[in-house]
Amino acid sequence: MTGAEEQDVPGRPDRAAPVPAPRAPQPPRRTRVVLAEVSRPRSRAERTRSELTQQTRVGETLVQGLMRAQLSLALRLSLLVLIGLGGLPWLFAIAPSVGRVTLLGVNLPWLLLGVAAFPFLIGVGWAYVRLAERNEQDFTDLVQRPER
Amino acid sequence: MGNGYVVPAIVAVTLVTVGIGFYGLRLARTTSDFLVASRAVSPTWNAAAIGGEYLSAASFLGVAGLILKYGVDVLWYPVGFAAGYLALLLFVAAPLRRSGAFTLPDFCEVRLGSRRLRKLATVFVIFIGWLYLVPQLQGAGLTLATVAGSPYPVGALLVAVVVTANVALGGMRAITFVQAFQYWLKLTALAVPAIFLALQWQADARPAVTPPDGPAFRTATTVVVEHRATLTLPGGDTREVRPGDRLEFAAGDPVPEVSGAATAATDWLLPDTAGDDDRGLFATYSLILATFLGTMGLPHVLVRFYTNPDGAAARRTTLVVLALVGVFYLLPTIYGVLGRIYTPQLLVTGQTDAVVVLLPGAALGDGTIGRLLAALVAAGAFAAFLSTSSGLLTSVAGVISTDVLGRGSVRGFRLATVIAGGVPAVLALNVSGLDVSQVVGLAFAVAASSFCPLLVLGIWWRGLTDLGAAAGVLVGGGAAIGAVLLTVLGPPLSGWPATLTTQPAAWTVPLAFTVMVAVSMATRRRLPRDVGVTMLRLHTPETLRL
Repeated sequence: MTGAEEQDVPGRPDRAAPVPAPRAPQPPRRTRVVLAEVSRPRSRAERTRSELTQQTRVGETLVQGLMRAQLSLALRLSLLVLIGLGGLPWLFAIAPSVGRVTLLGVNLPWLLLGVAAFPFLIGVGWAYVRLAERNEQDFTDLVQRPER
Repeated sequence: MGNGYVVPAIVAVTLVTVGIGFYGLRLARTTSDFLVASRAVSPTWNAAAIGGEYLSAASFLGVAGLILKYGVDVLWYPVGFAAGYLALLLFVAAPLRRSGAFTLPDFCEVRLGSRRLRKLATVFVIFIGWLYLVPQLQGAGLTLATVAGSPYPVGALLVAVVVTANVALGGMRAITFVQAFQYWLKLTALAVPAIFLALQWQADARPAVTPPDGPAFRTATTVVVEHRATLTLPGGDTREVRPGDRLEFAAGDPVPEVSGAATAATDWLLPDTAGDDDRGLFATYSLILATFLGTMGLPHVLVRFYTNPDGAAARRTTLVVLALVGVFYLLPTIYGVLGRIYTPQLLVTGQTDAVVVLLPGAALGDGTIGRLLAALVAAGAFAAFLSTSSGLLTSVAGVISTDVLGRGSVRGFRLATVIAGGVPAVLALNVSGLDVSQVVGLAFAVAASSFCPLLVLGIWWRGLTDLGAAAGVLVGGGAAIGAVLLTVLGPPLSGWPATLTTQPAAWTVPLAFTVMVAVSMATRRRLPRDVGVTMLRLHTPETLRL
């Protein structure tokens, strides 16, 4: 990355103007590796923080709205799974005749738990990813165009 | 026995694992390379790696064995193992990635800023990691003993040494490639023989899985008894057997009922009903709770999320993992069901965990195809042991090197790896009587009662305080650990006490949530001041703030 290294490379076409020594590069904030030493806020982070606190009133309400939307989405889909899958043991327990129903020669509980449960879970997951991304998109639009 | 392909297949899997590890070693240079694979891992690789890491001995061998033994009620194990990823997706995946935390202790400090809570989380990560590692090593010992006739410690030590060396030398970058490769190997190793088994079942004129007279031996079989048990013969007589007894069965003889197993066709075929007793239903719901909520608290699963570039990618990766894992879990059921027909002797010996390894040979005969498929399955089983223990070891070693040894250096990480791998190896040599799937289930219960409430409340509830989190983890997780120790080391229990300790999640998870919320509300003055900033970071899309 240094200038010296670049000059060592033979056959490299000269750039139009020599690149000035790069200023100390800003560390990309979100790629920090957080280990035992969780970084203390530095002066740069201090500035970001003040930007955030300026937003506090509006920003906090916005963030709470987003959180509420995401949480209620997650809870509604969990409820779907809770009823769809979680109701099965109870159903089998109170209505044993359901367990004796056969489809294509296989008992219904085996088909439901051994096969159908997996596409069901994947479908719920797929729906969540789509809807959660839509929530975030709505939030982004809201923040980027505050006049609306 | 005497299958000449098995040992070469296992050696090949081990060599490829080590080989890819060393290939990755050339790329691993710095500490951050070692730990997070430089975040240069593509989502597809990452998802396959998560799947490869997750499908352990319990999934590969244990699930089929349980289905063979107990029937429809244990289908909740594979469903729950997969559904755990849905819970992870819905409540944890994206915010956890955005928190920037690499391990669970990191999350504690990012969210609540407490060093003490961090230490507590460290203890739990190490406990769960070791609880999960021991059965992997045991599975390796038992498998090698079954297919190659080696003494039990050989397989356990082999896996322990290979994995420790690989993790210590290659770090996680190598492990990502290894894990992704091993997901596909495991899927192939179960899918290809399953196709042949289904064809064989057709060719045998579709013998009934649950014949009206109960399962019967297809060929003359000799069973050597290893543990005390009570056999119920079809006439209703009972017989006590002792270790060393040899039982001879002729072709067509009915399989005697062994105390504890669901040999009778209706028990096996049909779910528990209300008439039986409430304990079965309680255990089922407890299992559902443990597996649905435990996945998000497993240390080796969470580490993977840091290798996603952002929160949205973390969500998509989780969805792909859910699909990969779901496809895999269609297969063990086939082995468990066909095992009723082709390997009923396992119901007598109780070594039902061996059904996946023994079934190809038993159903397809001693020809070349039968032997090759048996070798493929054995190789897949070893892939399961190697990949899961690698992932666990990486995360336990990461936590030990940063939180216990207090060094972030590569040398520190290597030292921590040796410590993290050595302890479970010693434990695995000394406790060979534990049941693989049961111990893994207990690890899920501990994770669900400690880290699940911490993560869910930490991400979604502003009111969580450090004292509340610590109290919840201590009480809920402590109760689950107590139940684990009582189950593993304590005297045999029966009735409700046995159900409450072997499937503790249904009472320990609500307990943990309740304590965490109650203590947090009582200590409201300790709310972290920067909670608003933290929440902003956890929940807003990255695109906004860059």
